[in-house]
Amino acid sequence: MYKPVILPIDWSMIAPVVLVAMVGIIALCIEMARPKKNNNLIVGFTLAGLAVAAIAILVQFDMDSYRIGETLSGMVTRDRFSLTMQLLVVISAFLSVLFSEGYLREKRIPFGEFYPILCWSAVGAMVMVATQNLLMIFLGLEVLSISLYVLAGMSRSENKSEESALKYLLLGAFASGFLLYGIAFLYGGSGSIHLDTIRQSWAVGNSGSHMLLLFGLGLVLIGLGFKSSLVPFHMWTPDVYQGAPTNVTAFMAAGSKIGAIAALWRVLDAMGMMQQYWMPAMFWIAILTMTVGNLIALGQKDVKRVLGYSSIAHAGYILVGILAHVREPMKIGSDTVSYYLLSYALMTIGAFAVITLSARAGKEGTKFGDVQGLWHRAPLAAGSLIVFMASLIGIPPTSGFIGKLLIFKDAMAADLAPLAFVLAVNSIISVYYYLGILRSMFVVDEEGEYVRNSAMNNGLKSACVICMVGIFGAAIFFSPLMQLFGTR
Amino acid sequence: MQGVPLIAYLTLGLFLFSVGVVGVVIRRNPIVIFMCIELMLNAVNLTFLAFAKFLPTMTIPGKAPLADAAMSGQMMVIFVMAVAAAEVAVGLGIIMAIFRLRQDIDIDEMNLLRG
Repeated sequence: MYKPVILPIDWSMIAPVVLVAMVGIIALCIEMARPKKNNNLIVGFTLAGLAVAAIAILVQFDMDSYRIGETLSGMVTRDRFSLTMQLLVVISAFLSVLFSEGYLREKRIPFGEFYPILCWSAVGAMVMVATQNLLMIFLGLEVLSISLYVLAGMSRSENKSEESALKYLLLGAFASGFLLYGIAFLYGGSGSIHLDTIRQSWAVGNSGSHMLLLFGLGLVLIGLGFKSSLVPFHMWTPDVYQGAPTNVTAFMAAGSKIGAIAALWRVLDAMGMMQQYWMPAMFWIAILTMTVGNLIALGQKDVKRVLGYSSIAHAGYILVGILAHVREPMKIGSDTVSYYLLSYALMTIGAFAVITLSARAGKEGTKFGDVQGLWHRAPLAAGSLIVFMASLIGIPPTSGFIGKLLIFKDAMAADLAPLAFVLAVNSIISVYYYLGILRSMFVVDEEGEYVRNSAMNNGLKSACVICMVGIFGAAIFFSPLMQLFGTR
Repeated sequence: MQGVPLIAYLTLGLFLFSVGVVGVVIRRNPIVIFMCIELMLNAVNLTFLAFAKFLPTMTIPGKAPLADAAMSGQMMVIFVMAVAAAEVAVGLGIIMAIFRLRQDIDIDEMNLLRG
């Protein structure tokens, strides 16, 4: 007879997740009533709710009153890493909501359902970053992805948007198939779906269970590689980023990448003992991801596609940080990855926020030619784009520079000098296409068709300013931030 | 234990999974691709259930017998089925939206997004 042991439950651990889910549900109720026939109340409520959730996460950083550990039979974990990642997801959702309303109106898709679905998508990411249980990682990933499939196809009258939704859905479901099959074999090799138990069972296992675990790990890495768009599983990324509505792309690039990378970090961290088997493969995947992402971006003509390839390259940089951590788990903590993801979220969301200006009266053009002369129409947005691009390239004094420097240092400390070298070379290659975006924004000869009449709105202005301040702030207050994110 | 051995279940699972993967790669109709993905997920369910049936009879050296192991595998299957249903609901919705837009759902015709 199976007798489960039920321990007391620490509800404060799941409070932020519940809060964001409730915000989504209530926002949907507000949307049904639709006071004053516009979305302002929903936007205001969602922003307030996300801010409260961020505070609920921030108070838990106080380790004296909120202990590190697990609750709900090991389904939910609280440590510095999970808190940081949850905070980053909430920040990404907040910034994406902030500039969405103006863009959705401009694009003639002012659906109030956007806000609740975005909240639930954030819930999925928050669940998957705060657990060591593979079932919860899978569930969080699916909640995150299914919401994003819907959002990507939100612009129903637009062929491109629907096409991107279908591509995302088919490849996403395909990838979850691999992930699940991998989990099945990890379970078969260890008798558990908890990463800690799997880690222990590798140490005591025999050759049969080792084979099951290795096969399972390979499949899990394929699944997570799809989700965090590592080469060679990256093919969907630029297509989906280009076709989805830009505000959705912003959250996709930040929120869903944070979720996938955090899950990858947890899995690789738990499988540190078998790194002699997977480290060579991941080493080459990291090199390929950085290089291929940057090289293909050079030939692109569409701003959103370029940013898609750039997000692939950044996933490669972060992977170097993860590998460095796994090689030297005692010396190198999770703080580098956390810091890089923070600065990555700020700069990508900022860049996509500026790109939303190219939507006008239900149409949108994001080719380089379409955004020419944005400098005249919206100096603040174009000016802040300089900061975002500088940070994406990694020019001091931005947080992007410090993030890359930290990863470089970690890679050197963990004896991964070839990866550090590839990272440095790739940063130089990337200058070309980031400058290409800037050039087209500041070119004066001929204004692009879509930006000619674009208008700033308050939400967009504040999103640009917050991202800009965040990028510089993260660079200036770098050491207190690193202390907050965890110990080395 | 009498009856069908574990390896038979695993082989059938692997076969079903491979059929699903090949189908996703070569078929051009999104609905058929969906069915192939369902096939992959069912292969996963079969694998989980096979392990859940056999793990409690095994021991991993140095640890207590895996008496409790069956539970997580069986729960996993319930969740996989629920998630697959949700995925199909959204997927068919998207396919409907595409069909209304272009009266055609062939994957090869979807080539608007390229570099």
